[in-house]
Amino acid sequence: MHDHQFGFSTRAIHAGTPPDPTTGSRVAPIHQTAAFVFGSTEQAAELFQLRSYGHIYSRISNPTVSAFEERMASLEGGLGAIASSSGLSAQLCAVLSLAQAGDHLLCSQNVYGGTITQLSVTIKRMGIETTFVPVDDHVAMRAAIRPNTRLLLCETIGNPSGTIADIAGLAAIAHDHGIPLIVDNTFASPYLCRPIEHGADLVVQSATKFICGHGTTIGGVLVDSGNFDYGNGNFPLLSTPSPGYHGKIFTETFGEFAFLMRARAEVLRDVGAQLAPMDAWLLLQGLETLPIRMEKHVANAREVAQFLRTRDEVAWVAHPEFADAAQRALISSYLPRGAGSVFTFGLRGGREAGKHFIDGLELLSHLANVGDAKSLVIHPASTTHSQLSDEEMRNARVAPESVRLSIGLEDIEDLIWDIENGLRAVASMAAVKA
Amino acid sequence: MILGTIAQRHALLERSRSIAVVGASNNPLRPSYTVFSYLRLGGRYQVIPINPTLHEIDGIAAAASLTEYTKLYGPPDIVDLFRKPSEVLAIVDEAIAIGAKAIWFQYGVINETAITRADAAGLDVVVDKCIKVESARFDGGLATSGLNSGLITSRRKP
Repeated sequence: MHDHQFGFSTRAIHAGTPPDPTTGSRVAPIHQTAAFVFGSTEQAAELFQLRSYGHIYSRISNPTVSAFEERMASLEGGLGAIASSSGLSAQLCAVLSLAQAGDHLLCSQNVYGGTITQLSVTIKRMGIETTFVPVDDHVAMRAAIRPNTRLLLCETIGNPSGTIADIAGLAAIAHDHGIPLIVDNTFASPYLCRPIEHGADLVVQSATKFICGHGTTIGGVLVDSGNFDYGNGNFPLLSTPSPGYHGKIFTETFGEFAFLMRARAEVLRDVGAQLAPMDAWLLLQGLETLPIRMEKHVANAREVAQFLRTRDEVAWVAHPEFADAAQRALISSYLPRGAGSVFTFGLRGGREAGKHFIDGLELLSHLANVGDAKSLVIHPASTTHSQLSDEEMRNARVAPESVRLSIGLEDIEDLIWDIENGLRAVASMAAVKA
Repeated sequence: MILGTIAQRHALLERSRSIAVVGASNNPLRPSYTVFSYLRLGGRYQVIPINPTLHEIDGIAAAASLTEYTKLYGPPDIVDLFRKPSEVLAIVDEAIAIGAKAIWFQYGVINETAITRADAAGLDVVVDKCIKVESARFDGGLATSGLNSGLITSRRKP
């Protein structure tokens, strides 16, 4: 045993996966089993009463999934993590761990369309109401907090607008009101930003994106800093006797682990959104190369964005690094290694030009995902954000002509060649019209 | 000495064999029961409850005080404290007097005078940590719950 502090890249490869003690297998084994044999009836009872550690049933925990969870907790600088079947189920587990019917949530307007509909349609039907506020309007954020508000949610880098959240500023607002700040870190990944270091209490993300890195796996993860005091009176779900566990009070029994224990033992258990062992294994593989992939993603995206700015067919490029001074200041505080590889741009000729651009591409894949080794393209207004009203779309800063790119790891010359293919298709459309 | 690092706490748990749990409860919902039960069932330590109001917990006879404990078993390697911060000073004095080797102050059991006194008397001291959590960090328990053990190694466990 030693006290050496390992760096990020080492932890991306090693955290959570010491050699398997039974076989010596150096790679984490895939524990493809539904359930685990108990050592004795006494041990079984201790496990079910949450008095002992161990695996019972893979809907609650599984060794391969635990290895992924521990690695994510290490990379985000958290106390622990809970993996789930998708980013949205991770977010659902976070919300249901803190809020119940009659409660209120506060969320940034500048977020993924799926987050807006989860909160404003499905979670609203459970009796939990959400107010959406522009992420950069801190006066409005403060004013929107009510006595029954249970959390504040934002994205590090807004999807698809690229709006950067002032994490420390939002954490101060949340903490002044005795509620936690939850940051969706999907577009940054823990390599580019670690929200907990800036005051966030919980981090959620879609592991499908940069964590996986290869577009193979749907997954999500929720990391808890362990820093927030859920015994402050605002969270009766954690600080009053739980009917699900014979009156156990989570904050009293588990101290700093109260949130993680309840989120797993009650919420994940009852929601049933567990991550599959094979999927956890694929995500572990992805994480091993996260640092070097992110460096290349950032560099390629920057070059593509700069190229687009030189072209007459392009009306605007909303790469976060081209934004106003206030946004650039946030990037230097929170994203010093770069603002990711997902951004939007608009073509002269609006929505029609966007369609021609996408249809003219050979190498970029037209699909609804981001954070893949392969470069991706989509038209948000007709796809990822199409469930939103016109007003919600404007609020999320999605223009009708916006084209979203997720720049991958291909040779930059080939990416530029293909984007030129798209731009040629736009030009020929304009020529036909003329 | 105040044991501030993971390696120091690991070494303490490795070299210790007996633990006196002061304030152990027989109510299964209380952390002071859970920790006692976890350490006892682990089989690694001799774990004895110290509680003047109880005869036994799970069949293990309780001692009324640390002095009483020491008469039966000799001085404990670790005194694990589950008492109000305002009540721990006298217990720390008693632990020093009987020759306990270490005092473990559980979550929230923080009394600066008591901590300083134990440290000055040459005892090993752990503050505001849970002995169950720290044990589970090393025996792999934390890892089963997706908790960050902080441990990185490519050595195979013997």
